[in-house]
Amino acid sequence: MTQVVHMLLLLQTILQMRKPKRDAQPRKGVHALMKGFYSRKLHSLLGVIPLGAFLLEHMVTNFAAVEGGSEGFREAVAFLNGLPLVLLLEIFGIWLPLLYHGVYGMYIAFQAKPNNGRFNTERNLRYLLQRITGVIAFAFVIWHVLETRVQVALGRVSHEELGGVMHDIVNQPIFFVLYLIGIVSAAFHFTNGLWSFLVSWGVTVGPRSQRVSSYICMGLFAIVSVMFIWSLIAFRDAEFQAGGTALLETVKALMA
Amino acid sequence: MAMAEAEVPGNKMTVKKVKFIITRQDEPESKSYIEEFELDYRPGMNVISALMEIQRNPVNGKGETTAPVCWESNCLEEVCGACSMVINGKPRQACAALVDQLEQPIRVEPMRTFPVVRDLVIDRTRMFNALKKVKAWIPIDGTYDLGPGPRMAEKKRQWAYELSKCMTCGVCLEACPNVNEKTNFMGPAAISQVRLFNAHPTGEMNAEERLDALMEDGGIEGCGNSQNCVVACPKGIPLTTSIAEMNKATTKHMFKRWLGV
Repeated sequence: MTQVVHMLLLLQTILQMRKPKRDAQPRKGVHALMKGFYSRKLHSLLGVIPLGAFLLEHMVTNFAAVEGGSEGFREAVAFLNGLPLVLLLEIFGIWLPLLYHGVYGMYIAFQAKPNNGRFNTERNLRYLLQRITGVIAFAFVIWHVLETRVQVALGRVSHEELGGVMHDIVNQPIFFVLYLIGIVSAAFHFTNGLWSFLVSWGVTVGPRSQRVSSYICMGLFAIVSVMFIWSLIAFRDAEFQAGGTALLETVKALMA
Repeated sequence: MAMAEAEVPGNKMTVKKVKFIITRQDEPESKSYIEEFELDYRPGMNVISALMEIQRNPVNGKGETTAPVCWESNCLEEVCGACSMVINGKPRQACAALVDQLEQPIRVEPMRTFPVVRDLVIDRTRMFNALKKVKAWIPIDGTYDLGPGPRMAEKKRQWAYELSKCMTCGVCLEACPNVNEKTNFMGPAAISQVRLFNAHPTGEMNAEERLDALMEDGGIEGCGNSQNCVVACPKGIPLTTSIAEMNKATTKHMFKRWLGV
């Protein structure tokens, strides 16, 4: 009993020690801060690290399908799944950041009141595209994850069979076109977002540096798009077919 | 006058006309409506002189006598910021909008990002509230003479002067897609003023207070990088550079606050 009282007293002292640290300035700041500045900054950061970084990693993994075919892709996937604590990496490096960035991004997108008719500039067009591609990319990523990672989690597919799953998806013209739209949207959203990240964190300040970073980011957009599309075309090759056909039925049933 | 006299005798019937389509609103809460006006062309006329003409002779395009159109203006040389309105889709100063350079018919609307008081008169109180929020002033009042402040480098003065041209006209807020009824973003003008006052050698002494204000809800995080503000600003203020510079300052301030405690 006395121990409890002692602990409470100690706690009280600690709490009192914290109090007078701030001067008479009202503390309304803290809550307001969490609502605005920090949450937006976090959104901006997560878009590049880890989400942008993972997008680039995904691009490299996929490109193994171009360079090494079915076997190369399987090895790349195996390498990724061989990383230590891969589930934790997925949760903290992909799922949670994606959830936050996506949900908060929707909030940002629907707060906008685009006026591209009045201000027909490239930068204003990119402002609009950033929001549209963000919404498309989020929907696309959810769909893509449902078809691949969730199927693995449910035990319907193994990681080794994902090449086959992709083969069956991209061989359907409608899905192939939807994947193209999704990929280009994601690539634009990331690269254009990288440009605004540099502005929002105060790295590129003047018009010249912002122009130069714009060239670099749009170059990156071209590279990322081409590499993803190339991989997508590679998945259409018959060598990915093995083991995939049966799974198509499952995916189809799920979509229906 | 000499020109007018010369014109009148010869072609009295074919006087050139200028057509205005004005969005009007009788009260703050009432619905807006459109009214057309046809005025005689006069050389060198601008939107303000046209509104003055309507005030003198408030007859609309149908020949009906109507209430004269209300607007605000002061300086008539694009330095006061009072006559901001949307002319042919672009927010700008009416005094600097020359009829000769405008496509006809000329459409005039109030800047509806702000509450409309009547016709083209808007209430820009939110801009002054934003200036108060970011403490866009230099506190020098005291109980005794503090003497002269530190000097400002000439190079710095030159760019700071450009920022000081802001006349709180509200055009940048009207141009910004992130300043709307769904957000509480303060807009570019006040952010640029933080840069101005933080650059001043005496104002710098309160720099952190202003940065704190920018980091509150409705502050600098509301910028979406559409960069319309810098295109629209009638004073050519490098608003996007100011915003990026303040992004840098608030980012630094954020880390300083975390690591310094």
